[in-house]
Amino acid sequence: MIVYILCFVLFLVGLYGVLTKRDLVKIILSVGIMGYAANLFLILFAYKSDSFYPILTEGKENLSRVDPLPQALVLTSIVIELGTTALLVALAIKLYQKYKTFDITKIRRLSG
Amino acid sequence: MKNNQGMSIIVKTVTRVSVWLMVLYAWYIILHGHLTPGGGFGGGVIFAIAMLNVLLAYGSEFTEKWLKIRLLHDIEAASILLFLIVGILGISVLGGFLTNFILKGKLYELISAGTIPIFNILIGIKVAMSLFLAVLILAKTNIENGGEV
Amino acid sequence: MILPYFIIIPLLAAFIITLIGGKKDTWGIALSIAAIVIMMVLSIYSFVIGKTETVTYSMSNWDIPIGICLVQDALSLFVLIIINIIALTSLLFSIQYIRHLSPDWKYYALFMLLITGMNGVVLTGDIFNLFVFMEIALFSAFALVAYGGKAEEFEASFKYAIMGSVSSVLILVGIAITYATTSTLTMAKIATILPQTEPIVMLMIGALFMVGFGLKAAAMPFHAWLPDAHSSAPAPISAMLSGVLIKALGIYVLMRIFFNVFGAVQIFKEIFIVLGAISIIVGVILALGQWDMKRLLAYHSISQIGYILLGMGLGTYLGLLGAIFHLLNHAIFKSLLFYNAGSVEIALGTRNLKEMGNLTKVMPISSSTSLIASLSISGIPPFNGFFSKLIIIIAALEVNAPWVAFIAIIGSLLTLASFMKVQRYGFRGEKIVEKIEDKIGLNMKIAMITLAVLCVVTSALIIPGIREVILDPVVNVLLDSSKYIQMLVGS
Repeated sequence: MIVYILCFVLFLVGLYGVLTKRDLVKIILSVGIMGYAANLFLILFAYKSDSFYPILTEGKENLSRVDPLPQALVLTSIVIELGTTALLVALAIKLYQKYKTFDITKIRRLSG
Repeated sequence: MKNNQGMSIIVKTVTRVSVWLMVLYAWYIILHGHLTPGGGFGGGVIFAIAMLNVLLAYGSEFTEKWLKIRLLHDIEAASILLFLIVGILGISVLGGFLTNFILKGKLYELISAGTIPIFNILIGIKVAMSLFLAVLILAKTNIENGGEV
Repeated sequence: MILPYFIIIPLLAAFIITLIGGKKDTWGIALSIAAIVIMMVLSIYSFVIGKTETVTYSMSNWDIPIGICLVQDALSLFVLIIINIIALTSLLFSIQYIRHLSPDWKYYALFMLLITGMNGVVLTGDIFNLFVFMEIALFSAFALVAYGGKAEEFEASFKYAIMGSVSSVLILVGIAITYATTSTLTMAKIATILPQTEPIVMLMIGALFMVGFGLKAAAMPFHAWLPDAHSSAPAPISAMLSGVLIKALGIYVLMRIFFNVFGAVQIFKEIFIVLGAISIIVGVILALGQWDMKRLLAYHSISQIGYILLGMGLGTYLGLLGAIFHLLNHAIFKSLLFYNAGSVEIALGTRNLKEMGNLTKVMPISSSTSLIASLSISGIPPFNGFFSKLIIIIAALEVNAPWVAFIAIIGSLLTLASFMKVQRYGFRGEKIVEKIEDKIGLNMKIAMITLAVLCVVTSALIIPGIREVILDPVVNVLLDSSKYIQMLVGS
């Protein structure tokens, strides 16, 4: 149970960062932390104690294994997060070129 | 990057050797994707990191001359197109998109598992090219200029 | 089997465009329009052929609860037709509009990926696959919002990307909890297992999905990204985002999950009503004060989404009929209004209502189609918006919720007021405009006229004989989820 609570704390750290930080790069990192927390959730749900990794290996066919599906899901979601981060970094660079600052409170031409 | 000349001679010399080891390792991961942990994405990322090592050590000017960027763009688009075509072949042979329509072979052998190694190779190339080109474009951007505010 | 081609065709088009695009946009235009026309024909054909049955398709020939499956029923085909019709007009409108920004194939490749994502979300029967397709659609949307390359567009795109990522993470956590309790990802299988688990689990998953997909649908407390993103994007993309994306990613998924998978639980329906009512009132009040035409339209999207949520929340036959009908109508007239705003922006170079004037002389088509769209959105008969709003109001009175009906009527009156302002200042003002900077091309005119005609024609869907054929199968999917669950057994 304690691992789930710690995982939730990690999620909250990310959420806190998104809500309170003013630096674009820190916001991007916080979104990343939230994503890692969600991935960790998936992996924790799949974990069984005394189990083997879910890949067929010669001589170990009959062992009990952890659930492979969440690991596949996490791989997919890591790929998606890689894309998100790359896109957000590109946008942050463009925003710096235009506004000469990384401070989100100074980047507000749109409001109302 | 401030200067496009890259790092010192020591780094360049070490990179010249280590890049090929990294590329070899990347292909090992990609080709054994159906037998071991890893596969297309993992191997592709290692491949991209190998090329990014060159970018860091030699600077973007040399890298762009050494690797033909236009060609990399084409390879990137062609690899995913081939992926789709192999997937559509699955429809025509067995009636399901991405169906494994080649003989599966024997378990634990390198050449086995039907279309999965093919998909792994194509995904590996796609991931490597995409990641490398994305970072190259970000690295080339001059962050101080370009705004017209 | 037609089903997988709705995903394969746009994906193929996108990557062929990147490969042979070269430096010009001719290949991009040709291939993307060909792909969209093929898909539109296919979707209408499959709706005519099989609107009452549920067809499944298993990817890679895996058995259904194990592998990923695609599901086609009346609801998904209905949304598919909306996506492809609006996409076709949007592409026609783009040709001239995008040449102003940059003559490049990249726009068309991204547009095709956007279509891939939305088609995939609508067709998939696997909840994680839905998440993946949603991310594909969102990526292309982020990039397309920033396509113009101005400072405001990057700002809007960054905000949108952050909000989108946060909501995606919430959805991912929801999927993780779903998988942990039901050990499956196929939505029909989840629907059979979830009622047997503890009710707290369903509440937890429901809350996560409500926030996650509510953010995509831009219901009121989660709306902050919408006015920025939809007003900064290029006009055809604003039309796609406002007309289709928030419906395919938000409303459609909410309908599918909360009606077919969770089985229309009472508490969620009440939440829908509250969200809808707040969205209607606050959205339209915020819209009243706007002078930027596209921003005004973006706020109206929030308010109109509120009507759909309200109809869903009522949950009766009439309520759902109104919601489905309004979904179609809103896609048509909101896209048309964004095209009007885009054409004025091209001709006059401004979006500010105060700087516009009497455009009836120089832009007769834009101003007359904008009149039709304004009347539709404000709910004036005989245009389509009137009938869908009327159905929702009758549905509210039918279940003895007069305050809901009252809010819907107030919202509609305020909508009328704010579109009077658009017409008064934007298209029929005192200052007569004699000269415009740039002509509106034929493609743009065709796109606007098509949608204006559709505004009138779709009101025929309410006639009893036609309603039973087109709208009723869609509503039946929502009212009776047993067919959706049945797909596990027979395919």
